[in-house]
Amino acid sequence: MEKPEYNYAVVRGFVNWSILWGLVAILVGVIAAIQMTNPELNFPPYFTFGRLRPLHTNAGLYGWGVGSIFAMFLYIVQRLCKVRLWSDKLATFQLWLFNITIIGAAVTLLLGYTTSKEYHELEWPLDIMVVVLWVAFAINIIMTIVKRKEEQMYISLWYMLASIVGVAILYLVNSAEVPVSLFKSYSAYAGTNDANVHWWFGHNAVAMAFTAPPLAMFYYFLPKTTGAPIFSHRLSIVAFWSLIFMYLWTGAHHLLWTPVPDWIQTLAMGFSVMLIAPSWGSVFNGYLSMNGQWHQMRENYLVKFLIVGITFYGLQTLQGPMQAIRTFSAFIHYTDWVPAHIHMGTMGWVSMIAFAGVYFLVPRIYGRELYSVPLANLHFWLILVGQLIWTISLWIAGVLQAGMWNAMNPDGSLTYTFMETMVEMYPFWWARTIGGVIFLIGVIVFIYNLIKTAKGGAPAPAAEGRA
Amino acid sequence: MWEKKPILFLLLATATILVGTIVTMVLPFAWVNTEHDRIETVTPYSALEQEGRDVYIREGCNNCHSQTIRPLVAEVLRYGEYSKSGEFVHDRPFLWGSKRTGPDLARIGGKYPDEWHYKHMDSPRAMVPKTNMPDYGWLTENSLDPDMIRRKMDVLDFPYTEDEIKALAGKNEMDAIVAYMQKLGTGIPWREAAATEIVGELENPFKGDAAAIAAGKAVYDANCAACHGDDLSGDIGPELTDMSAYDDAILYEIIYSGITDGGMPPFASLGSTKVWQLVNFLMYRE
Ligand code: HEC
Ligand code: HEC
Ligand code: HEM
Ligand code: HEM
Repeated sequence: MEKPEYNYAVVRGFVNWSILWGLVAILVGVIAAIQMTNPELNFPPYFTFGRLRPLHTNAGLYGWGVGSIFAMFLYIVQRLCKVRLWSDKLATFQLWLFNITIIGAAVTLLLGYTTSKEYHELEWPLDIMVVVLWVAFAINIIMTIVKRKEEQMYISLWYMLASIVGVAILYLVNSAEVPVSLFKSYSAYAGTNDANVHWWFGHNAVAMAFTAPPLAMFYYFLPKTTGAPIFSHRLSIVAFWSLIFMYLWTGAHHLLWTPVPDWIQTLAMGFSVMLIAPSWGSVFNGYLSMNGQWHQMRENYLVKFLIVGITFYGLQTLQGPMQAIRTFSAFIHYTDWVPAHIHMGTMGWVSMIAFAGVYFLVPRIYGRELYSVPLANLHFWLILVGQLIWTISLWIAGVLQAGMWNAMNPDGSLTYTFMETMVEMYPFWWARTIGGVIFLIGVIVFIYNLIKTAKGGAPAPAAEGRA
Repeated sequence: MWEKKPILFLLLATATILVGTIVTMVLPFAWVNTEHDRIETVTPYSALEQEGRDVYIREGCNNCHSQTIRPLVAEVLRYGEYSKSGEFVHDRPFLWGSKRTGPDLARIGGKYPDEWHYKHMDSPRAMVPKTNMPDYGWLTENSLDPDMIRRKMDVLDFPYTEDEIKALAGKNEMDAIVAYMQKLGTGIPWREAAATEIVGELENPFKGDAAAIAAGKAVYDANCAACHGDDLSGDIGPELTDMSAYDDAILYEIIYSGITDGGMPPFASLGSTKVWQLVNFLMYRE
């Protein structure tokens, strides 16, 4: 039998598994949110807030985020290069190693094996698995691009390649550690150096994993969905190169006012503000590509996900630079404002785009039309409202908290003790849980819709041939 | 042209990424943790303290607690002297954190007596009713593994003695974490420097005023009861029912400046009004 033109089986595998890990992440997120209001729900040793929060972030960022990025990249690269994946075996290996790594991450984090570094908690044996995983992925993508049949590399491929080298450099440098036992190691860097290296990693992990890849998806799925091309190729070129140049200077905006040397902080602040330009370059490019197509916002649920997603990206990249300014950072750093920034990014931007990607792929990977478009619309509204309740309540909480922490009496003493400020957070933390549950219901609707589709949606006409 | 050549593209992208990387991540190694940062009085962790630090990491305390104090007025007032680079040279990894669900711990060392920490870790809500910090009493059930800790000290290249390792045998993880808490922020003698000198005559502005006494009771319940007991009968701190040995001004000074080597924290950050209310509550309540 002749091999089908493209390998969709592995794409389907990544879609299914990443959704499962996403569900786990969101469930654990809701539990962590409840633990913040009801500490009696900590069950030591494995299920305390201190261990569940890293499980939530890792399952969310790596299980759901990176898992769906793998799915989309493996699909998009084949279509844009007009060839099958370089190696099917390597892709299958990548899928299973990915799942084993995520399971390993979940188990070891619950057991308390952690480096403590945010978004790089995994201990050295898992670090090695992550590196192997990324190399397998990189080789397959790069080799597929090398043997492509389409001479020009489309914008999405640029972002993909940048993300592949970017993540590789960041992860390797930040992994340097000296093992003492199978599950314990000490960082190769100490104190202020360690902090500076780590947040160079931390911020650019956001750039290379949660900015570049969703942009790659956006640039691919938007024109595919609307049928209209991207507004300006030149704008994409300028936005791309300036984005990947500027991001790397900004890590220290996580360390403003700390002992990290001032000049690094100042550079980070300056470049963060400049980042507005390339970020909004992509946002405008997306909006202007909708010229004459805006009616599709009503008619096509996919366009809704994509455009609302890029809008949250736009808001995120205005809010981020604001937070990177010393005076503003002095106010909101360490407060509940920051988790709200994060969740507008992860729930509003990354997840919106990933959901759009999955819907787009449904007919191709399951060979059937989506079971229900109304359910997809319901999904959209639930995750939008859930996210807005989550983030808006915590922005208010953050400002209130910052105000109380800094409030002083005329005699130069503090107006509030720490606990007087903390008890004011409880109502907002409750609101966050409610927002999270709404988001969770949205995701369950999504999964139900997919299961119904896979089990018996109408067969998609010539799914194979669709571009 | 680069749009058609993937390998060239990869090289260009890598070079672009490396510029900012080299300037803001590689170059700083020439400035940070060098002689310039060195602080004489900052010493490495003892075996027990380092083990406590590893328990802190394992339990993810850093998800709720930060460990850097920024040079901002309200922050220094709340937590103590701002953090210096040289204080962290022995920290692998750094534990500065990014979220203050709970208070900063960079200068927790010496703020409370050990006994306070044991009680608080065992059951935070018994001390601070509305806190959301999890209970960690179960740490007392985990005894320490001296051989493993010796290995850690060797890898970190920290000085230790065999007696110090032997002494770990009967200890548990709770002892370790309390020892670590007491070490934090004590590398520089900041408490002595921060002790506020009270200048001028101290005059009780509310002497015997009923409203001030009532207000003082509320301040007491929130800030003092955990150590001196709900009914002033004493617990970690002494009984406070009979204050006849003091006058208003001395009592004010004790509360304002604390008795740092005795385990009584200073409460200058409450402000003079609240401290006077406390004085009136302790001296003149019915
Ligand atoms: C869910 C968040 C959370 C976690 C996890 C957590 N704490 Fe706390 N912690 C708090 C809050 C809130 C307070 C303030 C109220 C209080 O004293 O309990 C606090 C207070 C403290 C204090 C007293 C600080 C002061 O200045 O009064 C210490 C010491 C402390 N925590 C140590 C730890 C250690 C050690 C761990 C890890 C084993 C830990 N905490 C884990 C939330 C947390
Ligand atoms: C962390 C526990 C702790 C807290 C909280 C605390 N104290 Fe104390 N306090 C002590 C200890 C311990 C002593 C004994 C110090 C010594 O004499 O060496 C003490 C001593 C005192 C004394 C002197 C008593 C005597 O008989 O010599 C007074 C007065 C006092 N505290 C008042 C207060 C007030 C008022 C507050 C609340 C604002 C407060 N304390 C909060 C632990 C605490
Ligand atoms: C121009 C773009 C952006 C800038 C300048 C920026 C800036 C910042 C700053 C200054 C902080 C630190 C806040 C603090 O702790 O005080 C932060 C945190 C964070 N941002 Fe952004 N942001 C940007 C875009 C994004 C995007 C698109 C995402 C995608 C999800 C994102 C995710 C995060 C995350 C996860 C953190 C939390 C880090 C932590 O654990 O402390 N950011 N950002
Ligand atoms: C139902 C949805 C969700 C809920 C209820 C939820 C809840 C939470 C809670 C309670 C925290 C801890 C905040 C704190 O310490 O103050 C947190 C942190 C975080 N979550 Fe979520 N979350 C959800 C969805 C997601 C998703 C989908 C992602 C990623 C794709 C994500 C990524 C993160 C990250 C990166 C942090 C770290 C924040 C920080 O460093 O301050 N979350 N979340």
